[in-house]
Amino acid sequence: MIGRLITREIRRASTGLAWLPTAFFLLIVALMPFAVGPDARVLSRIGGGTLWIAALTAALLPVERLIEPDRADGFIDQLSLHGLAEETIVVAKIIAHWLAFGPLLLIAAVPSAALLAMDGDSLARVEVSLAIGTPGLAALAVAIAAVTAGLPRAGSLAGLLLLPLAIPLLIFGAANAFLLEGAVSMLLTVGAPFVAGAAIRASRT
Amino acid sequence: MTTLLRFEDVTLRRGGRLLFEGLDLGLKAGERLQLIGPNGSGKSSLIRLAAGLLTAERGLVERSPLALADDGLALDRELSLRRALRFWSTSVDVGLDALGLTILAEVPVRFLSSGQLKRATLARVAASRAPLWLLDEPLNALDEDGANRLAALVDAHVAEGGAVLAASHQLLPGDWRRMELGA
Repeated sequence: MIGRLITREIRRASTGLAWLPTAFFLLIVALMPFAVGPDARVLSRIGGGTLWIAALTAALLPVERLIEPDRADGFIDQLSLHGLAEETIVVAKIIAHWLAFGPLLLIAAVPSAALLAMDGDSLARVEVSLAIGTPGLAALAVAIAAVTAGLPRAGSLAGLLLLPLAIPLLIFGAANAFLLEGAVSMLLTVGAPFVAGAAIRASRT
Repeated sequence: MTTLLRFEDVTLRRGGRLLFEGLDLGLKAGERLQLIGPNGSGKSSLIRLAAGLLTAERGLVERSPLALADDGLALDRELSLRRALRFWSTSVDVGLDALGLTILAEVPVRFLSSGQLKRATLARVAASRAPLWLLDEPLNALDEDGANRLAALVDAHVAEGGAVLAASHQLLPGDWRRMELGA
């Protein structure tokens, strides 16, 4: 069952509008030279931080369709009846969400670095920090999706909840403090299934 | 006779409202029980409690492996009906056949009508091989042929030693024990 669920989640996450967050990420990066001017020195200095802000906002886009459709449709209920713990369901969703979102973002960071006049070294550092941080970001997005599932205006609420909670990841990621960033990312990845599992159980009526 | 579902002194409260208190209920192999009562009397909540999706405020609920058909479709709309059902069970054809859906097996779920979707949720239960069936408003959106097929399906399941707990405000065809919940 768990194998079938992960396969299903990956299929669902990678079809349809999977490229939307990545397109959004590129768009935000492309806006930067317009906003701060085309000075290559300024752009390359703020490049890493810009990519992180873009990644955070891109992570928000899919939040509303991570949990809510399956909750409303009874899919999660049926999975529970088949003996899967809510936490297990969430783990499957985090894996699939990261696979649909993380690698594409890492690829999109390459043209983004060119747009911001970043050199090879800073691009490499941003790639490492995104690779470490995106699993935590994916887990956080799924947890927030579970907490807000079924609420009115869940999308706006999710933004208000997710962005502040992502600040530690942003600080350590943008500062290239890889060990601390890894610790935060791991904490989010490990904690999210329990938070989301409890939220799903509490939302049952 | 083995008991497939047992409630002992169960109290359930939803949203601050007491739905029932001190409820005892037993369902043995070969039995069928219909919950009747007006809208809002707690029929669906009792079904979800029996399924383990809600927890009782007080009391004991024991259940054997079960299958549930309720309002939730829980089928991926972009897949064909057969593939969507195969996520839940390996013996899909049994269920498709019992509900007269074989001809629609390759049609994507999103093209099915509400009656056909209701049949699909019942087909999942029929294909589940679980001894205990929980059906919440199984007649909703079903046509006469669908209702007859459901009745035949329940007869066969009960004859094989299964048990069925159904909630419906309409009387279900067949020889059901009935239990009324107050509003």
